[in-house]
This record gives sequence, structure tokens and C-alpha cells, in this order.
Amino acid sequence: MSGCDALSRTEWFPRLLGAGEKLSQTAHHLIAPRKAMAQEFHEADRSPEFRSNGTAMPNSTAYQALAARGFTDYRLEVGGLVDRPASLSLAELRALPSRTQITRHDCVEGWSAIGKWKGARLSALLEAVGPKPEARYVMFFCADPMEEDGTGLYYESIDMIDASHPQTILAYELNDKVLPVPNGAPVRLRVERQLGYKHAKYVMRIELVRSFDKIAGGKGGYWEDNGYEWYAGI
Amino acid sequence: MPTKDAEARPAGSVRSAGYLYYRHALAVRIMHWINVIALTILLLSGLNIFSAHPALYWGKSSYTGRAPIFEISAKEDANGDAVGITRIFGHDFVTTGLLGASAGPEGEPVPRAFPSWLTIPDTRWLAMARRWHLFFAWVFVINGLCYVAYSFATRHFSRDLAPTAPDWRSIGQSIIDHLRFKHPSGEAAKRYNVLQKLAYLAVIFILLPLVILMGFAMSPWLDSLIPGWVDLFGGRQSARTIHFIVAWLIVAFALIHVFEVVVSGFWNHLRSMITGRYRVEAGTTDETAS
Repeated sequence: MSGCDALSRTEWFPRLLGAGEKLSQTAHHLIAPRKAMAQEFHEADRSPEFRSNGTAMPNSTAYQALAARGFTDYRLEVGGLVDRPASLSLAELRALPSRTQITRHDCVEGWSAIGKWKGARLSALLEAVGPKPEARYVMFFCADPMEEDGTGLYYESIDMIDASHPQTILAYELNDKVLPVPNGAPVRLRVERQLGYKHAKYVMRIELVRSFDKIAGGKGGYWEDNGYEWYAGI
Repeated sequence: MPTKDAEARPAGSVRSAGYLYYRHALAVRIMHWINVIALTILLLSGLNIFSAHPALYWGKSSYTGRAPIFEISAKEDANGDAVGITRIFGHDFVTTGLLGASAGPEGEPVPRAFPSWLTIPDTRWLAMARRWHLFFAWVFVINGLCYVAYSFATRHFSRDLAPTAPDWRSIGQSIIDHLRFKHPSGEAAKRYNVLQKLAYLAVIFILLPLVILMGFAMSPWLDSLIPGWVDLFGGRQSARTIHFIVAWLIVAFALIHVFEVVVSGFWNHLRSMITGRYRVEAGTTDETAS
């Protein structure tokens, strides 16, 4: 098995193994339509407490100041390849067409939890800002630093098709209450049908881009830059 | 598989000495060894993935208000050393050295679900373990589909693996023979015995498809194909539990398979799965007048 470990530490072998990701993504898109809906559950299926994983309180004074004032000063910045860049308050976000869904959150680690989410439809927000035709990905930049020195802000990305899926929402409520800080207050992404790390918490800025090659580690997300798959459907 | 016996049998020498019989077709031999490699890597990388959350549940999610049915954890003893605990249906067992806590870089027990020598990679590295697992899952599935297509096309299943009426009648005798480690010899060794056929069919058509299906059930994307299909298996976390149990049933099959190979002529069987040729011993051919 030490041969396997030596291979894991080379440059080329993990990249070869990464072919599995492309194969899975292609096969999944062939099998289940891009517009297929994730399973939705009954109230009784909800987990008694929705587990918080990763960051429970962002290690950032700016974020903590926002939280201390109940996110009244929060603005969601929306820009990049859009016709009408916007800056939305929580009230403006809540005024957008919303969706409520009871879905299962599947963590890459192997556990899952069921919660009821309410949030603004990302498709409605995108319609409001008007994506330019060359926009291919929606980037989510977050408030939580992943390194102890306050750097390495969490970020994620999804493509335009997943962004316009009816279940893709910017959630501001969990289980009929205002979204708690450990679960990503004030706004987190729900992109059902992908693993938990795609569901970026503490979303501060949304940017439409043509490519994410030049952003941070270039792999489209914090965990993607650390070796996880960009396509997180399995 | 058992084909072309005329090819390797010198004319007129049937009863004088043993002869090499062409037992396994090249395609089957290649697919067998690809399967060995793929399943080994899937098991060991799977154990690394499991270590990221070493608990199994029954239900639609992990947090249903009910405790896990199986959990591996570690605690510290009075000396500050790691103690491995395996909890099965609420009963705790100390499993230091194997589960929960096992040798770290300096040989001292450190908290980890499965020992380093049983995981790919050897360290806790979920992202890399997933790459190995999800790549070799494709190797395994494509190889398996090729095997099934090949075996139907060449009638390998119906000719060599489907139990015959005499097979069914001999099942009691076959069980007794296996328990006594008594194996067919001579011409009878050219065919699979009934327990062997049933074991292979169960693995090919039940265990392997089930472990794949339960892998699919863990995929949030594939769950959306027909929302709710996962609940037929008790829910997504139940599917993960079944995936884990079936993986170990496949390991149990592999251990029995290798054991049978060892006790019924290791080198002969090994050669037949490498070169295709299996030596049929002379002198005991009376039951099959060919």
C-alpha cells in the first residue's frame, strides 16, 4: 500500500484519478436531468438540531461587528459580468421571490441532516441584475477566513444552470427561524443535489465570471483548492 | 471458462496421465485481475473515507433523534493514551490497536477509525481517498459491465454458472464435502460445484450490484433521479450502512474464495487464472466418461 501513498503524493497521479470526477459529472448529467428536483421531506423528517460544521463563528472582526448589530448593516454585493450591479440589504433580499424547502444536507464526510430552508431564489436575483451572455459561473465570496491568520476567505462557485435551478436559494431562514450564525447567518447558499461544502455560508458578495482559473487557488472553491471535487454530486 | 477441452488434451492420453485443461478464457482472466485490484483499492480507500465520519445510522439522515447503530471513537485513559472504542447497538468494546486507536508514526496509539495499514492513503486524507475511490469505482463498474456482457454473449453464465438439475440434487453432498475440505478431482474438477456456482452468482448478481446501488444512493445528484427512491432502502444513511456491510460481505466472500483456492490446489488454480490452464489429474475420471 505504500506504493499507493507514494502515488498520492505525486503531481500526475491524483490528476489522473481526477478523471473520475469528469466521468461522474458527465454520467450524472446524462442520467438525472439538470432540472431534476432534489427530494423534499416532511416536517417530521427534520433533524432535531441542524448540525453546524466547519466555521461556527467567522474569525473576522468585520463580520462579528455585523453580527453584533443583528446584520442590520449587511449588504449583499452582486457584480461581475452583470448589466445592473446591485447591493441588497436583508430586507431587499427578503422581498425577492422566495422558496421554502425541506431538504437533506449531505456532508462529504458521510453524515447528513434534514432542515427546512427559506430563501430568495437565486434565479430571481440573477434576473434582477441581468447576467451578461459571457457569464459562465456564479462565485460566492464569504466572510469566514479558513486560516488562523484571518486569510483564506471561504468561497465557492456553481455554473449558470445550477444557479437557475428552482431549489437554488440564498437561505436566510432555517427551521422557521432566522438563520443562526453557526449555520451561515445572515445568508447561505443552498445548492441541493451537491455535497455540503458547495453550500457556502456567510455569503457577502456574488460575482458572475467567465472563468475562475485566476481566482484564489483557481479550482473554484476553498475545498476545491484543497483537493476536493468541483463537481460535488457524489 | 471450461471450454475447448480438446485443444489441450493430447489424443489418446486421457486416462494415462494428467493433462492441462483450458479452463479460463483470456478475457475472464483479465477481468478477474482488474476486479481484484479495483475491489482492493475500493475497500481500502473506502475505509479511509469512512474514517472521516466513523458512524453508521439507520434512517433518512444521521440526525433523526436516534443514536448511531455503529460507531468507532477514541478516548483517553488515565495515562493520556488513546483507547479505541467500538460501539455496536449501544454496547462498547475496547478495540485499541485495530479500531478507534492504532499505531501512529512513532508506534504509539493515536485516534483513528481504521489502522493506517488498512487505508488508502495511509493518513487521514479524505479528498485523496475520494479520488482513489471514485476513480476505481469507474474501473470496477466498467469492468463489471464488460464481464456481464461477455458472459451472456459467450453463454458463460448458462454453461458454467447456472446450477443444473443434478447440481440442485447434490447440494447436501456438496455442503458435506466442503465442510470436510473434500474437493472434486479428475474430470469433476473441470466443472464448478453447486455451492461455488451459487456463491459466484450471489456475488455477481446480488452483492456487487447492491454495493454499487448503495453508492449511488449516497449521491445527492443521483437521488434526484426519482426523488424518494433511496427510501426503499431505509433512507440515505441506511444506504450508507448497507454499502459498508455489503463491502464486508464481499471481503468475506474473497477470504472464503482464497481459502478454497488454497485447500483445493493453490498453484493449479493460480496458474489457471493466469495462463488459463488447469491440470486435471489422471486416474479419477470414471464418473465422467468423455
